[in-house]
Amino acid sequence: MKTDKRFEILRTGVAIGVALLIGFIVTCLVSEAPLKAFGYFLRGPFTTTRRFAAFLEAAIPLTFTGLAISLVFSAGQFNLGAEGQFFIGAVAATAAGIYLDLPPVIHTLVCLLAGIAAGAVAGFIPGILKAKWNASELVSSLMLNYVFLKLGMYLVTYHMRDQSVGALVSLPLKETSLLTQFIPNTRIHTGVFILLITVLFCYYYLFRTSQGYEVRMTGQNIEFARYSGIPVLSVILSVQVLAGAIAGLGGAVEMLGIYKRFQWLASPGYGFDGVIVATLAKNNPALVPVTALFLAYLRVGADVMAIYSDVSAEMVAIIQAVIILLVTAEAFLSGYRRRMLLREVKQSASAS
Amino acid sequence: MEGGKESQREGPILLMEGITKIYPTGLVANSNVTFEVREGEIHALVGENGAGKTTLMKVLFGLEKHDAGNIFVKGEQVNITSPRQAIGHGIGMVHQHFMLAPSLTVAENIVLGQEPRKGIWFDQKKAAETCIDLGKKYGLEVDPYAKIADVPVGVKQRVEILKALLRGSEILVLDEPTAVLTPQETVELFAALKALKEGGHTIIFISHKLAEVKEISDRVTVMRSGRVVGTRNTEEISIRDLSNMMVGRDVELELPRPKMSAEDRREVRLLVKDLKYVRDNKDVLKDINLQVKSGEIVGIAGIEGNGQAELVEILTGLCECHEGTIQICGEDATEKKPGEIRELGLSHIPQDRMTFGVAAEASVAENLISTRYNKPPISNGFLLNLKAIFATCLDLINKFEIKANDPKQPVNTLSGGNIQKVVVAREFSTDPEVIIANQPTRGIDIGASESIHKYLVNATENGAAVLLISADLSEVMGLSNRLLVMYEGRIVAHFPDAEAVTEEELGLYMLGVKHQEPDEIVASLMGEAG
Repeated sequence: MKTDKRFEILRTGVAIGVALLIGFIVTCLVSEAPLKAFGYFLRGPFTTTRRFAAFLEAAIPLTFTGLAISLVFSAGQFNLGAEGQFFIGAVAATAAGIYLDLPPVIHTLVCLLAGIAAGAVAGFIPGILKAKWNASELVSSLMLNYVFLKLGMYLVTYHMRDQSVGALVSLPLKETSLLTQFIPNTRIHTGVFILLITVLFCYYYLFRTSQGYEVRMTGQNIEFARYSGIPVLSVILSVQVLAGAIAGLGGAVEMLGIYKRFQWLASPGYGFDGVIVATLAKNNPALVPVTALFLAYLRVGADVMAIYSDVSAEMVAIIQAVIILLVTAEAFLSGYRRRMLLREVKQSASAS
Repeated sequence: MEGGKESQREGPILLMEGITKIYPTGLVANSNVTFEVREGEIHALVGENGAGKTTLMKVLFGLEKHDAGNIFVKGEQVNITSPRQAIGHGIGMVHQHFMLAPSLTVAENIVLGQEPRKGIWFDQKKAAETCIDLGKKYGLEVDPYAKIADVPVGVKQRVEILKALLRGSEILVLDEPTAVLTPQETVELFAALKALKEGGHTIIFISHKLAEVKEISDRVTVMRSGRVVGTRNTEEISIRDLSNMMVGRDVELELPRPKMSAEDRREVRLLVKDLKYVRDNKDVLKDINLQVKSGEIVGIAGIEGNGQAELVEILTGLCECHEGTIQICGEDATEKKPGEIRELGLSHIPQDRMTFGVAAEASVAENLISTRYNKPPISNGFLLNLKAIFATCLDLINKFEIKANDPKQPVNTLSGGNIQKVVVAREFSTDPEVIIANQPTRGIDIGASESIHKYLVNATENGAAVLLISADLSEVMGLSNRLLVMYEGRIVAHFPDAEAVTEEELGLYMLGVKHQEPDEIVASLMGEAG
């Protein structure tokens, strides 16, 4: 068991190394000064307080969506709806932030609840379709992403738009609804604490509760779960609702923490990034913040590199793709593992 | 390890030397195995399931790649990486699960891949002639025009053998050929094998049924946990010694039977009335009536695929579309879901343990608690109690002698027998009222089978009602108090005293040659009900 865990860590490490190497080779091909460009990429997030803060800020929404995806993946449900759930959660929080009149803290909480509710509804739809009619949650959740994106844009454009501003933005959210940015010169906000609670909640839910056990067993082997008497259909439904709620909460937190008005014109893509985060974390909520930070680091590094060198930020997509490929490819380095085992067998054979 | 192979000119027809095979999961199936077969002999390869017999033969036939070792055919080193090459070297294999096209005829299957042609057309007549000639030559006669889907298992097996012979096999490997056969079919198979041997063929006979090995083979090689324990002349070794070699210790060959007098078995725990199940307009199950009382094991004998699997799925709630009524402990269970049926006190040892019995990648502990994860002391209804889980699992691991180092290790790192013990430990430790045991010892070693039989009998003597479904005749006959036989979805016989039945008689019912009248069966079943 221990060798297996060590092997997993080694494999992830090698995957990252290989990916960085390939990223560097690509940089060499396109750049006049590849060393300098790559240097910006690697050191970028640490060069100024602002950039370091940007790196931490970027990790917050990634963690939320990563958690949501971890939950559904743990249940063996390939619901990729976190994208739409995050977006609609943000829209719901915006609406509550603009139109409700409530004292501070309570106003924030109500906005967050609005985000949770919107996300839960968005998760419920593919869940019930799967549980009742066995409709592929992969297809329905992907399609619904567009529905929620367009629905959100419609609501913002026709019902919340600030006519006095030239750009397409919503009315400003009331001060009472916003999360406090508590570190000067950064946008790091109190949503971080909500995030930590959510991480703990997801971890405990999945590994310490009976329901989490149901979720994991359903994901590991649904026939076994059914045979054991686990109500698999209600598990499939409830886990998608819960994941939707978490993604929706993420959208709300992002909205209330970073922005003063709703100003996205397209989906920010955190839902799909959440798939990367969850996959790298092997669907373990405790590891999700770590992999979210890693992805945020790559993103911010790439932005810095794009500003200061002749390499564009898209280079990071190559690195991401290679890492995902190598981490998820079962066969990667399996030859090495095989040789280790063979050696063990030979030793035990000569010993006996 | 280094045999003097060069010194023998009249050496063995087949020599596998130092074969090591490791599966990607890390399972060492063969460890430095050396296996030698002489020309013209019937060589039995025996060992418990999981000992590595099938893997060794898959290596020989090019289905698995070995990690170390060499193979020599007729003294020449060969490199076999595909079945095609194996066939080229004169090696033929009859698998446990037949590889035939069910919609084609016998003749078409036999000539598949080397069809006789008339112009550009397939020559049906020539194929049939080839078939008949071949059958006559080897005493394996078959009807060339029959469809594979319509012929019994024994005939399918003959077709497989003929297929191999037509391709020029000199070395014929039969992987547990008798596992699917009735006693009558086995007799015929053995006659054919002896004829083949007379004709100069070499036969490798894989089995774990020692009586058969004793009857048919010239020499026998015993494997245990991936290694060869030894090779003996069959005449010179007793069944007891053979089984000791296989298991590595003394084993009890007689099966225990629950010893409860008929008077003590009063309470009907499982009652099935007029059960019917139709699939694709075919009666999969029809007129099923049965009852099992506390303190007895009722066995269902029958060749696989005669409705047993469906019956179990219906009784356990996994399959819902059926007519008729089911009662468990006096409560109606007809429309209930698996979880609700378990609540009524039913436990189920499934036939396919890797699909239903365990979540392969989950830990031993997670697999042990799957039926009580929401009940105290494991859980307070919401939170899991990790300490209680650990304690419960350690207790079960000890009590059921599961060879696991750590409750946290993935269950698929255990051997087949120990995985089955995990299933049995989980199912038996909830004090079940009714146990449905479907092929409880299939594919596991003698040692583990022995303990599982013991647990089954203990549970019965403590008052459980057991329905045992098994294709292994000696198991179902040795353990049951009463016996039922299933054929084509019906119960065709009921024997109130399992001890009074012979294998031959049972075989006739299993093949559908004989059957009791439905009224007679119901009457004797109700008579049991008292």
